[in-house]
Amino acid sequence: MTAQQSDMKLDGNAIAGLLREIFSMEMTTAEGTCANCGRVHVVGEVVVYLNAPGAVVRCPSCDHVQMKIVQGRGKYWIDMSGVRCLEFSI
Amino acid sequence: MSFISRGFRGKRRDTASSSRLPPGQYVVNDFPVLSAGPTPRIPVAEWSFVIEGEIDKPRSWTWDEFRKLPTEQVTKDIHCVTKWSKFDTGWTGVSVDTLMEGVDTAAEFVIEFSYGGYTTNLPLDDVTGGKAWVAFEFDGQPLHPEHGGPARMLVPHLYFWKSAKWIRGLRLVNEDHPGFWETNGYHNYGDPWREQRYWGD
Amino acid sequence: MARTAVLGRLIWQFGTVAELVQETPKVASLILDVPGWTGHLAGQHVDVRLTADDGYQAQRSYSIASPPEDSRLAITVERLDDGEVSPYLVGEVRTGDKVELRGPIGGYFVWRGDDERPVLLVAGGSGVVPLMAMIRHRAANHLKTPTRLLYSSRSYEDIIYRAELDRLASAGDGLTVAHTLTRMQPAGWTGYARRLDSAMLAEVAWPKAQAPIVYVCGPTPMVENAASLLVEMGFDPASVKTERFGATGG
Repeated sequence: MTAQQSDMKLDGNAIAGLLREIFSMEMTTAEGTCANCGRVHVVGEVVVYLNAPGAVVRCPSCDHVQMKIVQGRGKYWIDMSGVRCLEFSI
Repeated sequence: MSFISRGFRGKRRDTASSSRLPPGQYVVNDFPVLSAGPTPRIPVAEWSFVIEGEIDKPRSWTWDEFRKLPTEQVTKDIHCVTKWSKFDTGWTGVSVDTLMEGVDTAAEFVIEFSYGGYTTNLPLDDVTGGKAWVAFEFDGQPLHPEHGGPARMLVPHLYFWKSAKWIRGLRLVNEDHPGFWETNGYHNYGDPWREQRYWGD
Repeated sequence: MARTAVLGRLIWQFGTVAELVQETPKVASLILDVPGWTGHLAGQHVDVRLTADDGYQAQRSYSIASPPEDSRLAITVERLDDGEVSPYLVGEVRTGDKVELRGPIGGYFVWRGDDERPVLLVAGGSGVVPLMAMIRHRAANHLKTPTRLLYSSRSYEDIIYRAELDRLASAGDGLTVAHTLTRMQPAGWTGYARRLDSAMLAEVAWPKAQAPIVYVCGPTPMVENAASLLVEMGFDPASVKTERFGATGG
């Protein structure tokens, strides 16, 4: 299968399980403020690339990298520097 | 993991041990595409490659200038940190030694930087001495954008995340500067033979 | 039930295949008995993990096709010829086999049924699966929420849940289904015969003044096209929910 560019592009639903592992709760309804453009997006709507050595989350408005999640050797490494603020209820 | 899905084999992969296969890898016959973002589309008329940073005079080449440089055809095994390896991949490219010819620098490190924002870092020694190329053809065909075309780095002795796709240039620096993945869990050097995948390996 | 579906540790558990249902030539549903299943919401998915005998693992997400009311969990899988997981699930798996899964997952792309807004469902191919869970949930509870499904398939034979959708749509309880067939149409076909476009959406969708909640699911290009058309038509982006399948499920 030739991977088309669009095939690679998913949304926050695709990392719902991974975020659940990390946060121990459902995160796709959380709202994140982009550190680059300031727009607020529900996590379910963020742009996600999973076909990579890690999960890469990008802002749907400005494409800035919001999060990177890597798993290995029983650990997670998470860079959330592209999310200025995450709002959610428990 | 003791549960096995009856009858599941998964994609074709060969884990038979071989002196060519680094630890923890398997051989594939396709060429997986990995991507951290949208595929940049750079028309060659707009493409350039630069060497900048700790250098007296930054160098740059347009596509036409780049394509006039001496090229090499190389066949290499490549190893991705996501565990697939591909043997005997054929590339056409310009050796970094050619691009660095006559450059006088005290820099010990280099940052590969790409269209689209990706970066990866290495010691300068790891891209010189016949170890690295700026490749523009794969298997005799122009490099497809999904595989990094118009041109990508080829540094086969390290995990393939160190071979940046959509390469825009090399920045020579005195201090090491961890790149896109190196700042987030992936090993700073990335030698597949010592299985240096993650921090602490 | 709703609260446990969005909180709590996600553990890997086993489902046993109780039944296999061939939906179309390339699509089958696996009906699973999952002991200890805590329940789910329509629209959620499960992650399925397969393990080969050398320890190699592959994991994919599949939308849950069954409504929360069913005692068994159903997933519907489209077999992609060069896929890695789907040819196993549709082709190799037999009744009695165990499948490792975890879930339910997802809180954004769900429909609980307690929302009074009319519902517009836009599906491309196997994107109909989570929307079918919503339709089945509506039927199981005899809800009268005005609901419209616009479903794009390649051909008549590729329409998943075709007979069930016909039956539910003719119940006269406020559910309508419109089909578009993009590659081939049977003789005498009176439905749409082209890719989703703004004219089609304008005919099928609720007037924007009715402020429906919209769920769009399918391959990434189809979802992006439909979602941007809907926003251009004036629907509030906050009420247009999307789930992209990419080329995953392979």
